[in-house]
Amino acid sequence: MSLDSMSQIFEEMERSGLQFWEVVLASDMEERQVTRAESIAKMLTVWRAMQDAADSYTGRSRSVSGLVGGDGMKMRQYSIRGQAMSGGYVSEVIAEALSMAESNACMRRIVAAPTAGACGVLPAVLLPLCKYEELTQHQILEALYVASGIGSVIAYRAGISGAAGGCQAEIGSAAAMAAGALVALRRGTKEQIGHAVAMALKNLMGLACDPVAGLVEVPCVKRNVIGAVDAVSAADMALAGVESRIPVDEVIDAMGEVGRRLPVELRETALGGLAATPTGRAVKKRLHGPRPE
Amino acid sequence: MNIFDILGPVMVGPSSSHTAGAARIGAMARTLLGEEPAEAKLHLHGSFAESGPGHGTDRALVAGLLGMKPDDLRIPNAFAEAEKAGLSYAFDTVDLRDAHPNTVVIEVTGRSGRTLELQASSVGGGRILVTKVDGVDVGFTGEYNTLIIRNQDENGVVAAVTTILNQLRINVANMSLCRSRRGGSALMVIETDQHIKPHQVSFMSDLEGILSVIYYDKEEEDDVSGFDESNL
Ligand code: SF4
Repeated sequence: MSLDSMSQIFEEMERSGLQFWEVVLASDMEERQVTRAESIAKMLTVWRAMQDAADSYTGRSRSVSGLVGGDGMKMRQYSIRGQAMSGGYVSEVIAEALSMAESNACMRRIVAAPTAGACGVLPAVLLPLCKYEELTQHQILEALYVASGIGSVIAYRAGISGAAGGCQAEIGSAAAMAAGALVALRRGTKEQIGHAVAMALKNLMGLACDPVAGLVEVPCVKRNVIGAVDAVSAADMALAGVESRIPVDEVIDAMGEVGRRLPVELRETALGGLAATPTGRAVKKRLHGPRPE
Repeated sequence: MNIFDILGPVMVGPSSSHTAGAARIGAMARTLLGEEPAEAKLHLHGSFAESGPGHGTDRALVAGLLGMKPDDLRIPNAFAEAEKAGLSYAFDTVDLRDAHPNTVVIEVTGRSGRTLELQASSVGGGRILVTKVDGVDVGFTGEYNTLIIRNQDENGVVAAVTTILNQLRINVANMSLCRSRRGGSALMVIETDQHIKPHQVSFMSDLEGILSVIYYDKEEEDDVSGFDESNL
């Protein structure tokens, strides 16, 4: 089956007795004509690439513009010193989101999830959790299937590119994917997955895409943090029994509609928002001098 | 789109369209040239021209020409790698009317002097679309195995090619035919589900009426043999 709506996935779970991740796995096997082992092995390469990116982060790389680099390490050290107001897990989530998104800006290897700009959100909530909870690799892969299924639904119904739908479509979608993955890891119900996705997406609705000088650096790196923290809070709310008053598919559709209504200046063109501030313009001017030979 | 377009590609940052897609376009040019490139002129259009250097588009294109995939850690050092490999390159910007914003025209010359001109766009998520080969309009993505056949525009040539593919049990996913002028040469682009072996490609190039055959083998999936789920 194709992944066109969350309710379709929920119905399929009821009909077949499969878990959320298994429905997504089955759909991948069907769509790409691969075996279960081939699909899961590929998901493992995705997870390994996320782990490698985190393990090889040193904080020493700088982006082409020089605007980005080193913040993940600052946050990590602050977190290790036990100073963070947000406590152990969440402060590590923040550090990981910064590190991963910086790695992208600094031309290191990452996994687009769902886009390169939003690559930090999902690994940021999963990697530190492995330290705090006993999780098998299989459980992590299951969570990645859940995330990719949610992302597929959002891509189909609303879109996942900043150019088409603003940053809510990139960071917002990543947060929704991560929120659902966390609920699934905690063995939440399918309804709770739906509420977590809906809440994560609602909380970032309307977010503009306004990258300074058109580069995936400012504000992108730090937006990964708000995406990751949004995901953790939405997952916790859902697991606590808090419900979204608007059903998840309707929230996704609303996100798509808001994206279409966003002015083009706020959709990756670097003509509005932070990109159009005096400082943003100055950065652009500095970078777009004569092309170095 | 499949779920690995959502969780993926695994790539060197910072932008799937400006970096990963650019690397794929460079690699496509290399494959279609069919030999080690010695010299390349790259004309950047639209957003590729605008934010190219900051996104590493220029380095990714050169990396692709050197045969690197989008997840190759050498992409940031592509210019140094090009020097080592003896590839010279030059960039400028062009204004192509009506082209996708992320478009490049690559003129590449191989070691033996063979030349190729390719126009391609990066259309999102690292996916690409080749829109011109040697000035002839085409439209293929590299998501399939692709045959690009230049043939004399005369009766029976197309039929001969499809008959052979049929005999080889190679399934045609998409096929298009363009000619520059009646009775001159034409370009056939055939996307296939199965891989085509080198000897099969050369067999086709020897057919009467065929001027040249270029074959693009789609990006290999990772080898997952030996994977055992119960070890996870
Ligand atoms: S601001 Fe735009 S480019 Fe940056 S992460 Fe958000 S959507 Fe992507």
